[in-house]
Amino acid sequence: MNAPTYNFAYLDEQTKRMIRRAILKAIAIPGYQVPFASREMPMPYGWGTGGVQVTAAILGPDDVLKVIDQGSDDTTNAISIRKFFGKTAGVATTTSTTDATVIQTRHRIPEASLHAGQVLVYQVPIPEPLRFLEPRETETRRMHALAEYGLMHVKLYEDIARFGHIATAYAYPVKVNARYVMDPSPTPKFDNPKMDNCAALQLFGAGREKRIYAIPPYTTVVSLDFEDHPFTRYRFNAPCALCGADDSYLDEIVTDDKGGRMFVCSDTDFCEQRQAAGHHGTESAAPHKEKAHV
Amino acid sequence: MSELSSLDNAQPLLVAEGLAKNYGRLAACRDVSFALYPGEVLAIVGESGSGKSTLLQLLSAQLAPSAGHVAYRMRDGVLRDLAELGEAERRFLFRTDWGFVHQDPAQGLRMGVSAGANVGERLMAVGWNHYGRIRDIASTWLERVEIDVGRIDDAPKTYSGGMRQRLQIARNLVTEPRLVFMDEPTGGLDVSVQARLLDLMRNLVSELGLAAIVVTHDLAVARLLSHRVMVMKGGRVIETGLTDQVLDDPREPYTQLLVSSILPP
Repeated sequence: MNAPTYNFAYLDEQTKRMIRRAILKAIAIPGYQVPFASREMPMPYGWGTGGVQVTAAILGPDDVLKVIDQGSDDTTNAISIRKFFGKTAGVATTTSTTDATVIQTRHRIPEASLHAGQVLVYQVPIPEPLRFLEPRETETRRMHALAEYGLMHVKLYEDIARFGHIATAYAYPVKVNARYVMDPSPTPKFDNPKMDNCAALQLFGAGREKRIYAIPPYTTVVSLDFEDHPFTRYRFNAPCALCGADDSYLDEIVTDDKGGRMFVCSDTDFCEQRQAAGHHGTESAAPHKEKAHV
Repeated sequence: MSELSSLDNAQPLLVAEGLAKNYGRLAACRDVSFALYPGEVLAIVGESGSGKSTLLQLLSAQLAPSAGHVAYRMRDGVLRDLAELGEAERRFLFRTDWGFVHQDPAQGLRMGVSAGANVGERLMAVGWNHYGRIRDIASTWLERVEIDVGRIDDAPKTYSGGMRQRLQIARNLVTEPRLVFMDEPTGGLDVSVQARLLDLMRNLVSELGLAAIVVTHDLAVARLLSHRVMVMKGGRVIETGLTDQVLDDPREPYTQLLVSSILPP
């Protein structure tokens, strides 16, 4: 049911216009962080206020919304944001990656490949990839403006010097359209190649930091690396315990206090689809299934 | 090639003309003109507040002058006014063809990242993309400035003052600059460490054929390092000449005072 006291998708129209302008600018300059007047949202910073504002600004009545948190459709954050838009915009929601037109995500890109017409909205905690190397915002902006990105390699150099390989496993810096270096939000670096030449539009919203940036469809996204230490994806060397997939990103789940653990797909939709298609792993999901609340 | 370079050496590397900087009514620096030639080391001496550091900032384009201009001969041989360079060009110059050694190494180093990365940063900034090669160069430079290569992965915050200063020098010289600015490079170090550092700098400067502008209040530094000396007082250059000439036979009363205020060895 639509709550009549809210404007469509919670934000007022002027705010949505302001955010759309920022989004258009972000699309026009791929990877560039556009400042915007981030609003207070009815949720704490760190819960996706940036992503929610971007979603609110682009959502139309015919859209089908999917929300994932670490790949999962059924965590608190994902459910509450999905219900939020169900209530304030009355849009249809789904857990299926292929059926959704707008996917808001925290820390993952779905396993199923995205298609043209879809929009992937990222929740971003810290948009500035250079932040921990150069604390001055005035300086980092200048470095972006002049494309001075030597410092980014200093971070990767430090990784190799300390660990023998590039140990950065998430928020792995990328260069967008051969120009701006961008923080892909804390997605695992496993997902980085999916951003390259992606058919869907990718939007990034950082609420606390008041920044929006974007990767338009079919844009080159290159993960930074060294010639002698090239970028590598990383996943646990195991098949999913539930669906047997050996090519998906896995979560490690501790099952007891005796060192027991299992690896399952982080993308719950992907895992369920595979199980429905008859794939199965060493464990069964069935006995653990709770009864649906009526 | 040698003929060409000798021809190049006949032309000034840096030319300052009528440089002045005012802070309101205070004239920090007045009417400074000189030319610096490739491979030449110029010391700027004077007491605190005499305008040395302001002058150094004007010369290195970190401050805009109130009057006058500075021109620098780029690697392509063209003398260009620094004020006319775009910011990108100026910053590029700053991290390739120039070096700047700060008095406080914490200003010139990244204290939290390893020594190797500190030395390699300039290389990565100009597009070096091979970890092994960057590390080799960094090791070579640490050796050259007499830092134990075993400490390449330690952050400079774990280094002593003298080591930090040497690391800062290595970091600046790795791109083979032609001109290095030094602001009190031996300030805050004890005497034996100062002596080692001066020795090192003198060797590097002559090996690499660097031109350098050294700001110092320590006449011993000027005598050891520089070919020429400029004495400043109240924002003005009051005396200039060959180092030995100025220090052994000072002409101006103030320079005489400065020279005589050193305790005889």
